[in-house]
Amino acid sequence: MKIAVCVKRVPDSETRVKIASDGKSLDETGVKFILNPYDEFAVEEALRRKEQAGSGEVVVVSLGPAAAQETIRTALAMGADRGVLLEADRVPVDGLEVAKALAAELKNGGYDLILFGKMAIDDYNHQVGPMVAELLDLPCVTAVAHLDIAGQRGTAEREIEGGVETVEFPLPAVLTTDKGLNEPRYPALKGIMAAKKKPLELKRAALGAGGLEVLGLTPPPQRKDGKVVGEGPAAVPELLRLLREEAKVL
Amino acid sequence: MSDVLAVAEQRDGVLRKVSSEVVTGARRLADALAVRVDALVVAASPVQGADQLGGFGADKVITLTNPAFGRYAPEGYARVIADRARAGGYRAVLFAASAGGRDLAPRVAARLGVALAQDITDLAFEGGAVTVIHPVYAGKALLKLKLTATPAVVSLRPNVFTPVQRPKAGTAETVPVEAAAGRVVVTGTKAAAGALDVAEASIVISGGRGLKEPANFKVLEALAAAFGGRAAVGASRAVVDAGWRPHADQVGQTGKTVSPTLYIAVGISGAIQHLAGMRTSKVIVAINKDKDAPIFKVADYGVVGDLFEVVPRLTEEIKKLHG
Ligand SMILES: Cc1cc2nc3c(=O)[nH]c(=O)nc-3n(C[C@H](O)[C@H](O)[C@H](O)COP(=O)(O)OP(=O)(O)OC[C@H]3O[C@@H](n4cnc5c(N)ncnc54)[C@H](O)[C@@H]3O)c2cc1C
Repeated sequence: MKIAVCVKRVPDSETRVKIASDGKSLDETGVKFILNPYDEFAVEEALRRKEQAGSGEVVVVSLGPAAAQETIRTALAMGADRGVLLEADRVPVDGLEVAKALAAELKNGGYDLILFGKMAIDDYNHQVGPMVAELLDLPCVTAVAHLDIAGQRGTAEREIEGGVETVEFPLPAVLTTDKGLNEPRYPALKGIMAAKKKPLELKRAALGAGGLEVLGLTPPPQRKDGKVVGEGPAAVPELLRLLREEAKVL
Repeated sequence: MSDVLAVAEQRDGVLRKVSSEVVTGARRLADALAVRVDALVVAASPVQGADQLGGFGADKVITLTNPAFGRYAPEGYARVIADRARAGGYRAVLFAASAGGRDLAPRVAARLGVALAQDITDLAFEGGAVTVIHPVYAGKALLKLKLTATPAVVSLRPNVFTPVQRPKAGTAETVPVEAAAGRVVVTGTKAAAGALDVAEASIVISGGRGLKEPANFKVLEALAAAFGGRAAVGASRAVVDAGWRPHADQVGQTGKTVSPTLYIAVGISGAIQHLAGMRTSKVIVAINKDKDAPIFKVADYGVVGDLFEVVPRLTEEIKKLHG
């Protein structure tokens, strides 16, 4: 099993969002960056598949700034074999540009599986995985929450509104992973030490201009100051009156 | 021609509610551009309710049929939609950011070789371009984007674009299309017990660790029932991780993003990752015994108190209202 896992360096979700002076981006001072939580499911799945197969290679690929080497090292510490960083000063807002650069890197890699998280928790884009699949003309299942692979065929389950969809596909394939697929392992100290010596190749990402232009990044509109209607069940009639007459939602 | 294409969504031959939202969003854009709206349905055979899309602003409803399209067929759907988008020379192509739409839109955008703005909460035509608002960083910031490529491909967050009924009815046509067998095949769908999904319900009542044990969720289910089929019961991650509720019900960063008309958070503290999934709700009510719980900072209306006393009373009053 040769598996590629594409990972992204993202701000921790606890981050206080401060907008940079350009009014278009995040002020990164003091921001803690982590491996995108959905990508952890992808790394874990790749490691388990390789372990089950008894042989193979797990290659971690990231597109991002030089600091994304740390993100790759986290995945290497979990047990991946080697990393590739497609270096870019900034990750393009246009997911198709990211997908093109990744597809070019993955194209002749001979991978049985190419895994992604279903989305990144910074841009909520839900798109790079299936776009890479289209560019490489590979079958693709997104938001996989359960996976069985037997030989060259896979069966996946994905959540849809009010239910679960079962999907069959042949390998090689591109999958994006959802919560529920597995419990990602924590890197052990031994893994962290070993990760430092694992190969990590740096390349410059080839990126086009893309089709999205950022006009601005703003805080969400302040929700109107809420009010505490009252305490205990006695507050319920007044709550209902407000919902009916003021909010007009009942 | 540079009209707007609204891709509708059906399941089991029945049109889904998000479709009217997508057509409503498309109509808004088309009005700004002074162009027409085509609604596109992909299905095995003509779909129940498709004609109603005219009532939301579709000038024409086009149904592309193929026997293989009874269930979602990612590759087949992507191909026929991309072909149609190209042939029609559309200015914009709109999807729903539903589980299906989020899967389909990137495939179509990649085939068309254009950018995709996924899960948007607003759109406009300004200065000669389509612009959108897309929440980022767990909803803590809004990104305003200009789509410079044509067509502008976007997907609309469910429940945000309130469907607007219009008197005018559109025309309809059914076009059989060819489809090669896809490699990716949906072989079945299992419906979850709750039926109404939190991402689609107009009222969501979510419970957190304050419920104390799984059986107590019946308190919330009774309240949901009192709303008469419009409400779904959601959950915080704490109770999903504890195995009290299925992941499908989880609201938040690692669960679903919901935008109901009314969101009632019961025994939920209001962690930032939970807020990520519900802060675009129209009206938020919080019921929590801790007056300092962060949930009160985003709630429009708060009741400080024991949920086991407050919720049953609320259920009683709602029943009266509906009874
Ligand atoms: C990467 C990451 C992703 C995450 N994703 C999500 C996500 O998608 N969704 C999510 O919800 N969380 C998510 N979390 C977890 C989040 O940080 C919180 O831990 C979680 O939301 C807390 O759940 P809770 O509010 O139910 O529990 P608690 O924080 O324990 O709050 C329980 C609340 O119930 C109140 N209460 C107790 N008893 C009563 C009573 N009798 N009557 C009234 N009120 C009462 C308490 O005052 C308290 O405010 C994520 C965390 C991380 C790190």
